[in-house]
Amino acid sequence: MKSAPVLGVLAVILLLWYAACVWLNAAWTYDQAQRSGATVTFSGLVTDVMVQERPVLPAPHQVAAEVWKGVAAYPVTSKKSLIYHGYVTLVSTFSGFVLGTFLGILMAVGIVQSRPLELGLMPWAVISQTVPVVAIAPMIVVLSNSLGFGDHLGVSNALVSKTIIAAYLSYFPVLVGMVKGLRSPDQMQLDQLKTYSASDVQRFWKLRLPSSVPYLFTSLKVGIAASLVGAIVGELPTGAIEGLGARMLIGSQFGSPIIVWAALVAAAVLAGILILMVRLLESLVVRRMGARA
Amino acid sequence: MTLYLALGIWIAAWGINATLARSRFAGQRFVLVLIPVLFGVAVLALWQGVVTEFAVPEVILPAPGRIGAAIVGNLPILWVDFVQTILKGGLSGYLIGATSAVVVAALVDRVPFLRRGLLPIGNFAAALPIVGIAPIMVMWFGFDWQSKAAVVVVMVFFPVLVNMVAGLSASDQMQRDLMATWGASYWQTLFKLRLPAAMPFLFNGLKIAATLALIGAIVAENFGSPTVGMGFRISTAVGQLALPLVWAEIAVAALAGSVFFGLVAAAERAVTFWHPSQRGR
Repeated sequence: MKSAPVLGVLAVILLLWYAACVWLNAAWTYDQAQRSGATVTFSGLVTDVMVQERPVLPAPHQVAAEVWKGVAAYPVTSKKSLIYHGYVTLVSTFSGFVLGTFLGILMAVGIVQSRPLELGLMPWAVISQTVPVVAIAPMIVVLSNSLGFGDHLGVSNALVSKTIIAAYLSYFPVLVGMVKGLRSPDQMQLDQLKTYSASDVQRFWKLRLPSSVPYLFTSLKVGIAASLVGAIVGELPTGAIEGLGARMLIGSQFGSPIIVWAALVAAAVLAGILILMVRLLESLVVRRMGARA
Repeated sequence: MTLYLALGIWIAAWGINATLARSRFAGQRFVLVLIPVLFGVAVLALWQGVVTEFAVPEVILPAPGRIGAAIVGNLPILWVDFVQTILKGGLSGYLIGATSAVVVAALVDRVPFLRRGLLPIGNFAAALPIVGIAPIMVMWFGFDWQSKAAVVVVMVFFPVLVNMVAGLSASDQMQRDLMATWGASYWQTLFKLRLPAAMPFLFNGLKIAATLALIGAIVAENFGSPTVGMGFRISTAVGQLALPLVWAEIAVAALAGSVFFGLVAAAERAVTFWHPSQRGR
């Protein structure tokens, strides 16, 4: 049983969660009891902390119920449906991921092919990642609203800004991985292609690109997680009304922790699905390239 | 006119870079610094030229000159925000998170059950959008910097944990056997062999965490903050269309992020000077 320890640890976490729930929410119960002059028994305390409307820490089953309500109780098009909000976030994650991957690969190719570009661009790529993107996020939102890129492309401006932010976070892992990958063929292989009198272009397509594929997929997994963070962050400062990030913002403004937790669980599930999709694509491509998967 | 000047600077910088990169000085330290600096100056010049030439409105993109003036004019505000967000929120959270991750990693390494049980969960958690806990932390710890530090602690924890656990198993069996023949205790082996061997991995995690820490500290300010802080200032200044101030804050954030990252990288060079990736520079 390989998964037994994982399940064990998960069970412990769940138990700790319930215990913390009693501990953190008890103050409210005692407070209410004191006002109404009732005394609190231990069993009364335990049942009460599980059903509070605005708990400090909602119990796991409360969160599960809220998630289930968000998934099943409303039609998919409803503004209360978690599937709808998840879909909005998914679309911007995906478009940002595609754009970021494309840019990352493009820059990596440039860096591998041109020495001045490598020396000039690479340090700035590193610096661009030490700039906290969230500082720029409101800026990007204002810019894409005032320039109206989205209107030209026939999509919403919010999608454009979220795409840019997600792409900004996801291009870097791809760039680093691809530079490593495109440089991974060793001298022997390069020499052999030279003896075949292969041109630069042939060398790129037939040797460098295929050997970079494993590196690419490793960084795609990092990239898609980063892209999801970007999409959620992009929904925060915009006053967005749709998407999982907006859901968290609404939950925090209305002081309703259960909504925030439900959105958090939805985001975690989304992250899991996205990484699974990249894995699937990887095994597909690797098998297609003739490797034994 | 300014556009042509800017284009001239751009082409000149590009030409110098291309020659430098091919010249025999290419490997030298000052050239490796000079080339990206020239590249940056060229971008700034082009930015300034385009903005002046086409009279781009300030609400869309202020010129670098205006941003520079805004930095000089708002130094006290920028400093207060820097202290609130970076030093109080970011740095304290980073230190707490990284330290506890290292301790937990040693524990995970010692107990095989935790290794098989906690590590997959940690790996998954490292890929989660943990920024999402920001609203919860603000509810728990209030509006001031404590809640920001709490977000940073959680964000920093998992990448450092995963890397540190990998690092603790980096020393090979032969080396551990050697320590055993010398009769070294668990703690002696840990401090003299395995911790030093884990350092390259630890710093890998610390570098990832350095960027995450700033993101966490600034994002958390969107969910409520006192009337100081970089995230707060940026969102209010965007609302007032005081764009030069916004860009000044962005510049400070960029500078703080780069310096922070640079400090971690410098510490790495000092601690792991023996590692192949640090030699030959």
